[in-house]
Amino acid sequence: MSPQTPPTPPTPSHTIGPFYGYALPFPGGPDAAPHAHPDTITVHGRVLDGAGAPVPDALLEFWGPDAEGQLPQQGGSLRRDPVTGGFLGRNGVDFTGFVRVATDADGHWAIRTLRPGARGGHAPHLSVCVFARGLTHHLFTRVYVPNGDPASAAADPLLAALPPERRTTLIATPGPHATHRFDLRLQGPDETVFLEFS
Amino acid sequence: MPEVTPETPPETTRSPAAPLPEQAPVQRELTQADIDRQIARERQAYEKDLAGGAEPRHHPPRDYAPYRSSILRHPTQPPVAIDTRLDPEAVELSSPAFGRTDVTELDSDLTRQHQGEPLGERITVSGRLLDRDGRPVRGQLIELWQANASGRYAHQRDQHPAPLDPNFTGVGRVLTGDDGSYSFTTVKPGAYPWRNHANAWRPAHIHFSLFGTAFTQRLVTQMYFPGDPLFAYDPILQSVTDEAARARLVAAYDHDLSRPEWSLGYRWDIVLDGPAATWIEEGR
Repeated sequence: MSPQTPPTPPTPSHTIGPFYGYALPFPGGPDAAPHAHPDTITVHGRVLDGAGAPVPDALLEFWGPDAEGQLPQQGGSLRRDPVTGGFLGRNGVDFTGFVRVATDADGHWAIRTLRPGARGGHAPHLSVCVFARGLTHHLFTRVYVPNGDPASAAADPLLAALPPERRTTLIATPGPHATHRFDLRLQGPDETVFLEFS
Repeated sequence: MPEVTPETPPETTRSPAAPLPEQAPVQRELTQADIDRQIARERQAYEKDLAGGAEPRHHPPRDYAPYRSSILRHPTQPPVAIDTRLDPEAVELSSPAFGRTDVTELDSDLTRQHQGEPLGERITVSGRLLDRDGRPVRGQLIELWQANASGRYAHQRDQHPAPLDPNFTGVGRVLTGDDGSYSFTTVKPGAYPWRNHANAWRPAHIHFSLFGTAFTQRLVTQMYFPGDPLFAYDPILQSVTDEAARARLVAAYDHDLSRPEWSLGYRWDIVLDGPAATWIEEGR
């Protein structure tokens, strides 16, 4: 892009509204891990508003690398049935790296994907995009999945730049059976760190 | 805004047949005039910023009180900036891929997904998906959803007393062509009421979801139809406080895209914001 050419102005964002539920979620959307893959993890949590109330109509998308840190360029997240036009679900073999999940009536969500591998100087993480009724413009954040190496987290350029009390909002809490808890707070004292890319 | 007390989610409890349902007595229900005043205040504040030398704001602020659902759902801390030029390995500089298994040929024609034809005015919506350098975004997924011609969504929580159409769901998908082009056939959606304030009506619109070459470019937005008299009253459209930016959400009627004895044609190009990996290579 030459400095003389002003970039084309972008199309503005709008809220996703309350009625995307019959259009955007798809069977298998939350379950990106290939069947019986040994690096499968569950990440789950709640989306909460500024009053601490659950957000029952948020849509989350996750994008991230496989366990080796490689970013897939693989379709098939929304694999379709040519007979009925419906959804077949993922093929259970390929990893697309893309996850979409809607919150339930309690604001809770859960996904099964591959434990992300480290890339560059980053600690392992997934990129997260948050949509909701009432949110005029989506929010980006990251969920860092601890890999047991404190040096890795300390060297991550984003985590290192945050004050400790805010840094913790981006780090999932390990639980039993390869589960990781990650709550998203849209507003308030423990507000999640959200990101802006330039 | 002190006069605003969110109680029930305004959009999920749209008025049933009779007058507005009884609610716990909170405050006087906000009127259109109240919302108009708030919209005017927000616009004046923005125009003052512009006059003071601020950059035009392409996207709506997340804190936009006239759209009441935003009040408890916007962060109060500023976002943390990530300069992707310093971080070419950032995951967000790449994007999920979609392919031929993810879309069927019928997905782009919302009038052919049931046994019969939907009611309403048959239209096509066509355009190109571009990045901010004006380059086409190729082979990427566009999803859309909309109300039917009567202004009703095929969603259980939409209880607007307008008829559902057994021949219309209102969901479409397509992959963009090599020139970033896309085209959908559908019916023109109806306007509908919602519960943001008393007598609130949304202008007719189609929801769009778009992917770019980078996850940073992800976009969900709404397309409007030219000349809709409801524009000025709608806090969602007006949440885009920049007039030129608002105009970019309105499709153009294009007579050359209308097909004789068949459908009316609208054109809408979409430009994705946000950095992508290729910008970095060129910028260095």
